[in-house]
Amino acid sequence: MSARVRIPTPLRRFTGGAEEVSAGGATVAAIVEDLERNHPGLKERICDEAGKVRRFVNIFVNGDDIRFLNNLETPVKAGDEVSIVPAIAGG
Amino acid sequence: MSLLPVWGEGVPPPQPQRVPSVLHLIGNTPLLELRKITTGVSPRVRVFAKLEGFNPGGSVKDRAALKMIAEGLRSGALAPGKTIIDSTSGNTGIALALVGTVLGYPVELVIPANVSIERKKIIAAYGAKIIFSSPLEGSDGAIRLCRQILYETPERYFKPDQYFNTANPQAHYETTGPEVWSQTQGRVTHFVAGIGTSGTIMGTGRFLKEKNSQIQIIAVEPDDAFHGLEGLKHMASSIVPGIYHEEQLDRKIPVGTEEAYDAVYRLGREEGLLVGQSAGAALWATLKVARELDEGTVVTLFPDFGDKYLSTNLWVGWKEFDKRQQYA
Repeated sequence: MSARVRIPTPLRRFTGGAEEVSAGGATVAAIVEDLERNHPGLKERICDEAGKVRRFVNIFVNGDDIRFLNNLETPVKAGDEVSIVPAIAGG
Repeated sequence: MSLLPVWGEGVPPPQPQRVPSVLHLIGNTPLLELRKITTGVSPRVRVFAKLEGFNPGGSVKDRAALKMIAEGLRSGALAPGKTIIDSTSGNTGIALALVGTVLGYPVELVIPANVSIERKKIIAAYGAKIIFSSPLEGSDGAIRLCRQILYETPERYFKPDQYFNTANPQAHYETTGPEVWSQTQGRVTHFVAGIGTSGTIMGTGRFLKEKNSQIQIIAVEPDDAFHGLEGLKHMASSIVPGIYHEEQLDRKIPVGTEEAYDAVYRLGREEGLLVGQSAGAALWATLKVARELDEGTVVTLFPDFGDKYLSTNLWVGWKEFDKRQQYA
């Protein structure tokens, strides 16, 4: 089972330019691990050394911010849309 | 000088000027000496920050917006019947909305949908129209959408184009540079500032170099393409602004988002100053420069205050920082 993961522009260099990739896993944490397997380098951009989502990174599952759900343990179902959005970038 | 100002006994507090419009309040911002957060810096090194949050629109961008619009009026590119449009991640939008409204011109702004709610409301308060671009594409997405709107109806609009308009750095050449020079009595040895459009560092740097070519001009940029430093650009992975000339910089210092956020928390605690994340990044790099020196006068620029960011990710790590401080 896999979810659709939307990748922000600054991270597309890890996905060969793809705006959307699929990843499998029952939680956001498992999705992040699967992303790392297929696109090495993504996890350390998204999570800090302690494994927590970096402060400036927002992850949404079907539009809902996981900080208001169950963080990395937020469940993900097949077909869900997971978006990775930096707090902001640019001038 | 004492930390406390002296009032009374015939000494009045400094009087603000009386002015005919809010636009006259742009620039002439105070220069604050940082004396507590500079622990570990040589006693012969002085560190100052220019507080751009004192501009009426709340940020350094007031200077560039005013100069670009004034230049548009002078050249005739902006004339009655036209609308001012630009892409911006926030502060320039606020500044354009402010200047446009005072001069009676409508303003439309293309902004990534993930800018802070405070910014959206401030822009709306000045009566400007907001067009949202994709939050996944950052400011480059806003730049592209704005170009598309202009391509469809170019005759309707005046686009200040902060990334390519030489009036942007010129504003800093004419105001920020001379202010830093005069506020330090010409003693400035290092000028440290973040790069977004690069207008601040290009214009201020050019002025200071002309006064004294030994002054080091040091740019601060995010350490990675994927960052959370609103207002700053990672040049290697961005649409490079036309006004940016890297050869005019002496050095670039990369700053991590998390270090910059922690610097913001420290400024509140130690200096009584609540600023935005780009100021945190500027402070982190400034302290790095200051610690390397035996003597000198290091000046940085804090682009804005922090009240616009209270709802943003900047404060996500605050509780943990607070705990670390308590047990330190």
